[in-house]
Amino acid sequence: MSQTNRLQSGGRIDRSKPLTFTFNGQSLQGYEGDTLASALLANGISLVGRSFKLHRPRGIMGAGAECPNSLVQVGRGAGTIPNLRATQTELYQGLEANSVNCWPSVKFDVNAVTGLFSPLLPAGFYYKTFKWPKSWWDKVYEPRIRKAAGFGKAPTAPDPDRYEKKNRHCDVLVVGGGPAGIAAALEAGRRGARVILCDEQNEFGGSLLANRQFLDGKPGVEWAQEAVAELESLEEVTLLPRTTAFGHYHHGFVSLLERVTDHVGLTSPDRRPRQRQWRVRANQVVLATGAIERPLVFCNNDRPGIMPASAVSTYINRYGVRPGQRAVVFTNNDSAYQTALDLGDHGIDVAAIVDVRPASEEGVLVDRARKEEIPIYSGYAVVDTRGGQHVSGVKVMRLNGRGDGVYGEIHHFDCDLVASSGGWNPVIHLHSHPGGTMRYDESIASFVPDQAVGNTYNAGACNGNFALGGCITEGLSAGATAAAGAGFGSEDIEGAAPATGKQKESPLRPMWRVPSRKPISRAPKQFIDVQNDQTSADVYLAVREGYRSIEHIKRYTAMGFGTDQGKLGNINGAGIAAEALGEDIAKVGTTTFRPAYTPVTMGAFAGRDFGPERFHAVRKTPMHKWHVEHGALFENVGDWKRPWYYPKPGESMREALDRESYQARHAVGVLDASTLGKIDVRGPDAAEFLNRVYTSGWKTMEVGKARYGIMLGEDGMIMDDGVSARIAEDHYHMTTTTGGAARVLGHLEEYLQTEWPELQVYLTSTTDQWAAISLAGPHARDVVEKVVSGIDLSSEAFPFMTWRDGEAAGVPARVFRISFSGELGFEINVQANYGQYVWDAVWEAGQEYGITPYGTETMHILRAEKGFIIAGQDTDGSVNPMDFGMHGLLSKKKDFIGRRSLSRPDAIREDREQFVGLVTVDDPKEIIPEGAQLVEDRNANEAPKPVPLHGYVTSSYYSSTLGHSIALAMVKRGRERMDEVLYAPQADGRVIQCRITSPVFYDPKGERQNV
Amino acid sequence: MSEAIRQESPLVERITPERKAASPADAGVTLRERPFLGCVNLRGNPEDASFTDAVQGVLGVALPTEPNTVVESGDITVFWLAPTEWFVRTVADGERDLIARLEEALAGQHIATNDVTGNFTTIELAGPHARDVLEKGCTLDLHPRAFAPGQCAQTLLSHAGILIRPVHDGQAFELVVRRSFADYTFIWLEDAAVEYGGVAISD
Repeated sequence: MSQTNRLQSGGRIDRSKPLTFTFNGQSLQGYEGDTLASALLANGISLVGRSFKLHRPRGIMGAGAECPNSLVQVGRGAGTIPNLRATQTELYQGLEANSVNCWPSVKFDVNAVTGLFSPLLPAGFYYKTFKWPKSWWDKVYEPRIRKAAGFGKAPTAPDPDRYEKKNRHCDVLVVGGGPAGIAAALEAGRRGARVILCDEQNEFGGSLLANRQFLDGKPGVEWAQEAVAELESLEEVTLLPRTTAFGHYHHGFVSLLERVTDHVGLTSPDRRPRQRQWRVRANQVVLATGAIERPLVFCNNDRPGIMPASAVSTYINRYGVRPGQRAVVFTNNDSAYQTALDLGDHGIDVAAIVDVRPASEEGVLVDRARKEEIPIYSGYAVVDTRGGQHVSGVKVMRLNGRGDGVYGEIHHFDCDLVASSGGWNPVIHLHSHPGGTMRYDESIASFVPDQAVGNTYNAGACNGNFALGGCITEGLSAGATAAAGAGFGSEDIEGAAPATGKQKESPLRPMWRVPSRKPISRAPKQFIDVQNDQTSADVYLAVREGYRSIEHIKRYTAMGFGTDQGKLGNINGAGIAAEALGEDIAKVGTTTFRPAYTPVTMGAFAGRDFGPERFHAVRKTPMHKWHVEHGALFENVGDWKRPWYYPKPGESMREALDRESYQARHAVGVLDASTLGKIDVRGPDAAEFLNRVYTSGWKTMEVGKARYGIMLGEDGMIMDDGVSARIAEDHYHMTTTTGGAARVLGHLEEYLQTEWPELQVYLTSTTDQWAAISLAGPHARDVVEKVVSGIDLSSEAFPFMTWRDGEAAGVPARVFRISFSGELGFEINVQANYGQYVWDAVWEAGQEYGITPYGTETMHILRAEKGFIIAGQDTDGSVNPMDFGMHGLLSKKKDFIGRRSLSRPDAIREDREQFVGLVTVDDPKEIIPEGAQLVEDRNANEAPKPVPLHGYVTSSYYSSTLGHSIALAMVKRGRERMDEVLYAPQADGRVIQCRITSPVFYDPKGERQNV
Repeated sequence: MSEAIRQESPLVERITPERKAASPADAGVTLRERPFLGCVNLRGNPEDASFTDAVQGVLGVALPTEPNTVVESGDITVFWLAPTEWFVRTVADGERDLIARLEEALAGQHIATNDVTGNFTTIELAGPHARDVLEKGCTLDLHPRAFAPGQCAQTLLSHAGILIRPVHDGQAFELVVRRSFADYTFIWLEDAAVEYGGVAISD
């Protein structure tokens, strides 16, 4: 079998370029220019899948984005994509496609028996049936329903392709490259505006690609090609074929999905990405998104071989495919007569045109059909169809005058193709996304754009104007208006519209549901949404059960829930809901149109923002390379990579930490402290400013000294802490936590600009300017002496909490005598480009003293032994300074941010949690997990819940210096409860017994740092 | 300082002789780092003539007060950052002298100067696809009609803050990047340029 349904000539396919592909394992041939759907139809295959709920046979129905049925799994392995629409999948050599939602095969589907029980599966079935017992929700119902009802398979391996994102601004974005869109782009592009024209198809032309209309006396496609060639020649025009505008947001922001190499193969053959998401910010947006033909809703209208009339014409004219051998055309308007003519012109027998309109109609197309002697049944309707896996015939009866009943003789027609047309629905999705309103237009029995949001203009069929001439005129006009809005010329059209023939047409007869001989509840199924098996009876049921809003009816029946989002069925559904409610469809309206217009891959949203290097920014210190070379493992602190610890070969983490902290306590350790936030504070009011943002007093601190301070939020809770040094009378060097730097700077700037504009202070971020080398340990001074010059390092001349200017290894340096370890400590700050050089000098100088690099983990242990807090670890935004016993840092002589909140009843409540230390009782070396909850009841695991909580652990380590584990915790009234025992029940059933202690475990008098 | 004292750019691991030599022949983007340029952050009140006059006396050019603009004079480039803040760039090792002269000329005024030489590095991105690459991570309009020489902007390139301006008649872009973000930015640029043939490193 080789393309038995391929026409001898015609279509926009290249018969000299055959392509081999497989469908459900069968090897087939198509041509370049085919979609998978057209190639399948050319091979006589129309059955492609099964429906979601009832597993009824589903055939290729549409020819584009609207097709609800033709979902296929393309490819295998990592690059596979589920649920692609065959109608929008360009054929390539070797394409491999398989049906979804059928097992074991599309022709014999075990779950199709579901269809026999379909009277038991009405709308709302899931809600009603699978409620009880609750314990079955996730164990029985969900897995079974998922297995029976899921579409497609997600790939299990990482996607091998690249996906890119791009930002682009333009004067005019034109969405849709049909006649209206091309006209708009030409009008704006010729004026020099920056124009983007995008279209979801592989070539521009839209409807012109699939019909036989003439423009300026030549085929419409030729006009389109000439126009596109001109657009290509315009420097500021960007043409994006294979690009779907899938979301339209406020202020001209439109998201596009460009399928860059999807049409070439399963994976990109070269360095191009597979897809690219364009984030376009357009000054003006022209929507020329066309219209989608809606099918008529009649009994058993879901059989393969029943298609919208325009899809039939598209397969004939664009793809040179014969979609059937004998057709019945069923319509309520003139446009389907063109399909009858297209069929007849290609030798396909048209058994009948069944037209629900009673009178013999007078349109040009109707006249031509009559001349061709195609039998026309005016005032008739298709009331049922026959067939198994394909339609094999229809029953036709006379329609009554009101259109709500049929009578008389049943006419049988054998056919394998039914082309139906119930009118056309403008594609108003993108117009509606940002909130554009719509109105019901009786002349086309559909919804058209009313008020657009922002600089958005609708042109052509999406605006309800279906005539070719009118589309082009509207396109030119929209292009002119948009260009003028962006500052290019006037709103008068400059370009000439091509000549089009005028076609006389008769009005359509609105028909949402074609009546049958039986009442709706007992009639054969009339499908509205063929992907989700949703019928007119379901809508009537929803209304009977009390639903009134179309949004509720949608959710109760699942109408439009599918991957097609109801592009074919939703307006029919609204019409049938109106009928059931006895209301006007204009009042019922439609459900909300939301992005995405068609499904978008996750890859296109992720772009390149994944993996350890690009998921978020990675900040590195000037000495990063050295740390890597010395075996450091890293910890993320904010965006920074900080050395966590430096294991030697064969060393466990515990051993490395024990060694690092031993060296820092007994010799000298060196820490890269460059990541700390640094803010330069300068101005005549700098001291007053610090006085207001820190809780303690700063005015008396002399130049050359430094002080620890805490900052509170307005709620009185600890926000950040750090050491600030006075550089000059009007000048301070402030440090913040590593992760808090940007937040603190923003907080301070906000206060300066909005609350205290009278203060003369400038803040400058200098975090990255300084490389900070922190030395701790009894030999710290010995090392510093060898490196630093110009400073008297003696304890008398350079006491604890002071700073001095000097040189380190010949580089200008600010040296601070501070300590976060409790040991004698110095911090050498040099300009960052010299950081590695000075670090090397310090390293060299420290060799004789056993200098050891230590990371954040040892830093945490050393400070925890001293009971020093880490803002963000021991604080969580709900703790105030009194909770930490920091009363001494709360000045009573001045105001500061957060002070008033400290007198709130809750802040001075006596049973607040307070900062304490914990040691374990049973096993002194056992480490309590951080975050562990503390209770009084040893048998809390068995006790009735909730068990009263007494606190929680904020930090916990093994201290080799002390020879036992230590923890810091927040405990209710903790300071009064020294030596009390609490329990930390664990998820694994263990219960850790701990005893409350002072949080200062080591050197409580602070003698070591003052030497 | 002594000649032996070594400076390191934040791109020390990325821009190596080997990497330069391995630059792809068909690279759509060319990258050049201008490390160690002297950088000074200046704060002051532009409505105070004694401030602006004194600064102009030192820099040889008036401070730009139009938002997001740049002025150049000899070795000096001045970027507007905020109504009271400018980024002044000079030659390598010129920052200390520049600060000293500014402080002297502005003595007694409410101002701030900060040496930010180590805070940033400067990257130039040229080549036929320079704008294409930047558009992947920058949401601003970089088209020459919207962003011409003489303009500058503070924005994000993917997740890193940058100060950007068009240079060389709009044929290239200059990115001033925070030191700690420079390595990430370089990795990001190399990745973004893959579809255009990669990044060539030039001197």
